[in-house]
Amino acid sequence: MNDLAPDRKYTNAAIPVGGVDPHPDKPTGEFITDVVSNDWVNDEYKLLVVRAAERALTAYAGQFYHLLCPSPDGAEVWMRRPMSIYKVDVAAGCLEFLYKCEGRGTQGMATLEAGDTFNIAGPLGIGFSLDPAWKNIVVLGRGVGLATLAPLSQLAAEKGVGVTAILSARKSDLVMSQDLFQELGATTITVVDEDGSSAVENVEDILEKLIADGKADAFFTCGSSRLLKLMQNLGKKHDVPGQVAMEQIMVCGIGACYVCMRTFEINGEKTLKRVCREGPVFNMQEAVGW
Amino acid sequence: MVDLSVKIGDLTFQNPIQPASGAFSWEYNEVIDLNRLGALVAKTICREPRLGNPTPRMAETEAGIIQSIGLPGKGIDYFLENIVPEYAKFEPPLVVSVSSESAEDFAALARELSVPDVDVIECNISCPTRNSTGGNFAMQEDHTKMVMEGIRAATDKPVWAKLSPNAGDLVSVALAAEEAGADALVIANTFLSLKIRTDNFRPALGNKFGGMVSPALKPIVLRMVYQVAKEVNIPVIGVGGVTKAEDVVEYMLAGAHAVGIGYAGFRNPTALTTIIDDLEAWCDERGIEKVTDLIGAVKDDDMEMDPLVAASHGV
Repeated sequence: MNDLAPDRKYTNAAIPVGGVDPHPDKPTGEFITDVVSNDWVNDEYKLLVVRAAERALTAYAGQFYHLLCPSPDGAEVWMRRPMSIYKVDVAAGCLEFLYKCEGRGTQGMATLEAGDTFNIAGPLGIGFSLDPAWKNIVVLGRGVGLATLAPLSQLAAEKGVGVTAILSARKSDLVMSQDLFQELGATTITVVDEDGSSAVENVEDILEKLIADGKADAFFTCGSSRLLKLMQNLGKKHDVPGQVAMEQIMVCGIGACYVCMRTFEINGEKTLKRVCREGPVFNMQEAVGW
Repeated sequence: MVDLSVKIGDLTFQNPIQPASGAFSWEYNEVIDLNRLGALVAKTICREPRLGNPTPRMAETEAGIIQSIGLPGKGIDYFLENIVPEYAKFEPPLVVSVSSESAEDFAALARELSVPDVDVIECNISCPTRNSTGGNFAMQEDHTKMVMEGIRAATDKPVWAKLSPNAGDLVSVALAAEEAGADALVIANTFLSLKIRTDNFRPALGNKFGGMVSPALKPIVLRMVYQVAKEVNIPVIGVGGVTKAEDVVEYMLAGAHAVGIGYAGFRNPTALTTIIDDLEAWCDERGIEKVTDLIGAVKDDDMEMDPLVAASHGV
């Protein structure tokens, strides 16, 4: 009986590395990737590197993949987990995901080892965009939100846009992505809870100074409702446009199920939008927070 | 070469694989070739624009997910103007799912949806997360008969009745829908469910109750399809827990003409076309030339009916 044979279930149309791609023109695919490495970067975060078919490498900053995470505990993980792309390394044919081992999905991801396969669907969603008029941008992220913002520095570097990245975390050894930002020429400012520098008032002073110095043509944020609020207020006050990357519990990732809704306020009217389809990157001033 | 085509009423479908309404939209064309599907099934449409239920709309449980979406949509006018043309770009027949809280409005909606690009009207008379005082007609046979008679009188399009697994006597509800003029039955919708968080003592879903979606439901819905198919003379479309070709075979052996797939497409965006390929291979390997040979072909004539099953038939 092959009724319950797990290897026949679900995945045989997904595209393996070097496999035949039945739909080379479609923007999204289901891919079987090969795990290259999955190492701890500190006590809470791991970096997963997978090799993937060529079409999977078309992701850009702010887009996400929908990950079919293995089980951490023997029980089924029913739904995929959306995760923003940390790095696309076209030369190596690899995608990188930086993640905090928190829920069952990411705990399951943490069990992946080199040589394993990992099913991912994507790239999905609308990512960050840079207006050609912007010469300098400010990126403000907290915790794992920094993993989402990191590829923005790559995009900015390609377009010759200056980046100031304010990296917020509980403790200095949990500050993520500092190396990647600096590698790509960004100025980084680290603020942490342990010395009080991450307090909203202090971050506000830093942002005000950047605006005064002409370093803030646009704001970008992810990972903290409080920091979103702060950037919204300063953005309104000084007429600085901005984008925010949001997350929500997700099911299909394609736009069909309407599970991943968030509230937005557009011209004084509240509405709901799909994070997977209309986002995950949204106009900062329209986001209501979470 | 296996003939995968099936007929439901006067309509021919190139294969028995359809998406389940609510779990599908034309956006899936960004991953798979929609022209390969047996049918396209649009999300349930209502007359009025609806934002849907509060978030969170999905929670995982030990044996599947529960979800409560609340039929969000921009209303019938927007649907006819903007969504139907999106589906019309593809070849498979378009099944339009519709819901309303009143029988009169249901009939009026069916009339308004009877446009050339719509091939079938699926009457979602069983949405478990609709207001319990209206819209979930399929809980009772007299309500089912009343609403389906109105719809039947309002349109010449094929009408399918989507029935509820939460009804006490599904076979009687199915017979009522058939008597009222339904061309086919879709069995079933999701199972009304509840999850309570033990960290804060609150229901996990924003709408409190949700509908359960899971491969775990397959044996239960399969039993329902089997029981109903034995009693009615119209085709049945089985919906519940299909994740692979063998599940389709099982539903067809139980008497279904086709299957609807929800969860598997959520989990694997390429699942529907995979299952079509696998079904063809499964038939081919066994020398089955026509997939319709499987319909109702379960070998159980020599088995006495279980007393509990007999009781649920009213025998």
